[in-house]
Amino acid sequence: MAVTDTGATERLEPEPDAAHDPSLSPAGGHVDHMHSPIPQVIHHQAPASTAVDQVDRAPRGVKLAKISQTGDRVFRALASTGALAIVLIVLFIGIFLLALALPSLQANQDNFFTSRNWSVGGTDLAFGIFGLFWTTVLSSILAMAIAVPIAVGVALCLTQYLHKRASGPVSFVVDLLAAVPSIIFGLWGLTVLGPFLAPAAEWLISKIGWIPLFSENIDPKGSVFVAAVVLAIMILPIVTAISRDVFAQTPRDHIEAALSLGATRWEVIRTAVLPYGRSGVISASMLGLGRALGETIAVMIILTTPAPGSPFSPSIFAGGETFASKIANNAAEFDSPAKTGAYIAAGLVLFVVTFAVNAMARIIADRGGAKS
Amino acid sequence: MSATTTTNTDAQLSFRRPSGIRTVKNGAATVFVTIATALAVIPLAWVLYTVITKGIRLILSQQWWLQSQRGITPRREGGGAYHAIVGTVEMALICAAIAVPLGILGAIFLIEYAKGTKVARAVSFMVDILSGIPSIVAALFIYALFITIFGLGRSAVAVSLALVLLMLPVVLRSTEEMLKLVPQELREASYALGVPKWKTILKVVIPTAFAGIMTGIMLGLARVMGETAPLLILVSYAVGINFSPTSDTMGALPTMINTGRDQPPQFPGYERVWAAALTLILISMVLNLLARAIARASKLKEK
Repeated sequence: MAVTDTGATERLEPEPDAAHDPSLSPAGGHVDHMHSPIPQVIHHQAPASTAVDQVDRAPRGVKLAKISQTGDRVFRALASTGALAIVLIVLFIGIFLLALALPSLQANQDNFFTSRNWSVGGTDLAFGIFGLFWTTVLSSILAMAIAVPIAVGVALCLTQYLHKRASGPVSFVVDLLAAVPSIIFGLWGLTVLGPFLAPAAEWLISKIGWIPLFSENIDPKGSVFVAAVVLAIMILPIVTAISRDVFAQTPRDHIEAALSLGATRWEVIRTAVLPYGRSGVISASMLGLGRALGETIAVMIILTTPAPGSPFSPSIFAGGETFASKIANNAAEFDSPAKTGAYIAAGLVLFVVTFAVNAMARIIADRGGAKS
Repeated sequence: MSATTTTNTDAQLSFRRPSGIRTVKNGAATVFVTIATALAVIPLAWVLYTVITKGIRLILSQQWWLQSQRGITPRREGGGAYHAIVGTVEMALICAAIAVPLGILGAIFLIEYAKGTKVARAVSFMVDILSGIPSIVAALFIYALFITIFGLGRSAVAVSLALVLLMLPVVLRSTEEMLKLVPQELREASYALGVPKWKTILKVVIPTAFAGIMTGIMLGLARVMGETAPLLILVSYAVGINFSPTSDTMGALPTMINTGRDQPPQFPGYERVWAAALTLILISMVLNLLARAIARASKLKEK
């Protein structure tokens, strides 16, 4: 194969009128090498019309060697297989989870979406995801509400306020936050942050405890509130990094136009930077939300699991279980297929929800002009 | 500005400061971004401080790196994290052996073969979805596939396979970004010499993008080493040293933390939990810093 390859290059004799041929001269029409990467001269054995033109124009006596395309075909097939594998994996995740969850869902005696029961131990299955769904969504939305304003502030500070020399180390520190494993955030959240936030929680309860969302509960240490703050810290680097990249792409012209009209720095941000980066920030927030929804171990460590049968509490100061923490908490008990199926059904809902959130993030990012 | 018609032009041309409310708003914005930045920096320092002060004593002993927890109860001093480090590194390496080639091939397909086509958009969309999949769902999928359907037992290999799902998008995306940065002229120069496309990719494009690909691999490794959810579902925690990836018990740093975290603070086992946390952070940080160093030394720079 190598012999024919080099043979092709050696036997290529310069065409006398190559300099005048518009398709060969660099100044001529743009040759799109992405789609026809092999120099077109070598293509003469292919019946493509452009190749035929060139062979016709080539002077007689020039022999172009055949080039082996086996290597290309093999490599292309390999790369395509890799891509196909990724598509199949994602499809399989959905299909397999559905296939294993369906029998348990059919045997389920409670309403899957509205019940708060979770009794899967015996022969009769009765389970529902309402409680899990509430805790998951409440903690993630709260985390997003805390993290997004801070992330936007940091991203603005990094791109619009700080000098490049100062912004480098700061963004480095924020990025390093993403390097801390989630189990350590969980451990830290339970033992350090929880007690630290307890006075704030008690103050909130004493002031606005009459709102159900803030009503008092027994254990403010392992509450959704603490979990949400930890989740906020965990999604902060993601949202910051994407927002920073989008803000940094704000066209210089827009900023200078605003400045020349006498805008203050904040007005520049409000009129030029924020409108340009809006779709990027929304998309980043959705990605952060997706991460928060699926976070397992940190939430599992922090949240106090309520006793079975305890009354439902919508409060952020209550304990609870998310989809992920419920599955992880009970991972050791996957013994019968029916029981496992119930947990897989919960996992399937989590998959569908994160899929929807991530797809939305992607669509918003594509609609908006600024790409991260 | 309308007052410029008066005769005394010099006085009228003086640039006024923005009106009161505008100055206040501007100042408030500055205060807000400063506070936000401070709030973002505090957690890292706080977490590091907590973990280091509680775990540094054990980390510094040689025994920590050379012994396992076999025969050590929470009430006893001693033992180390060797078994957990071995497990964590081994599972991450098996995962990388699958995820790295697959990720690089996927990126090559997206950039070199299918750029701009509908297929590329579909694959790219799937990669986005994959990168958003929670680790617990990845673990459940492997559980469903290998344990429920194929009837295989729990094992460290199953964990590695679940980790592949998490590492793959990281490697693919960073490789893709790097391949995008490889100048088109380099490819064209290679094609002009008659080099086939596959050889151009292997000998020109990949070596040029090599540093960036390594960065992605490091970041992917750091991510999968800290994952706990697949370990909880797919393997049992072992306190002894075990090198076999097919055995159903294997130690790992995250599960070492998780099994020991319920101990009361006065037990020696409690300190070992924080030491394991510090070890895990150290590994993750080293990988991240290494990734950044490689990226900085890279020939390809974003414009």
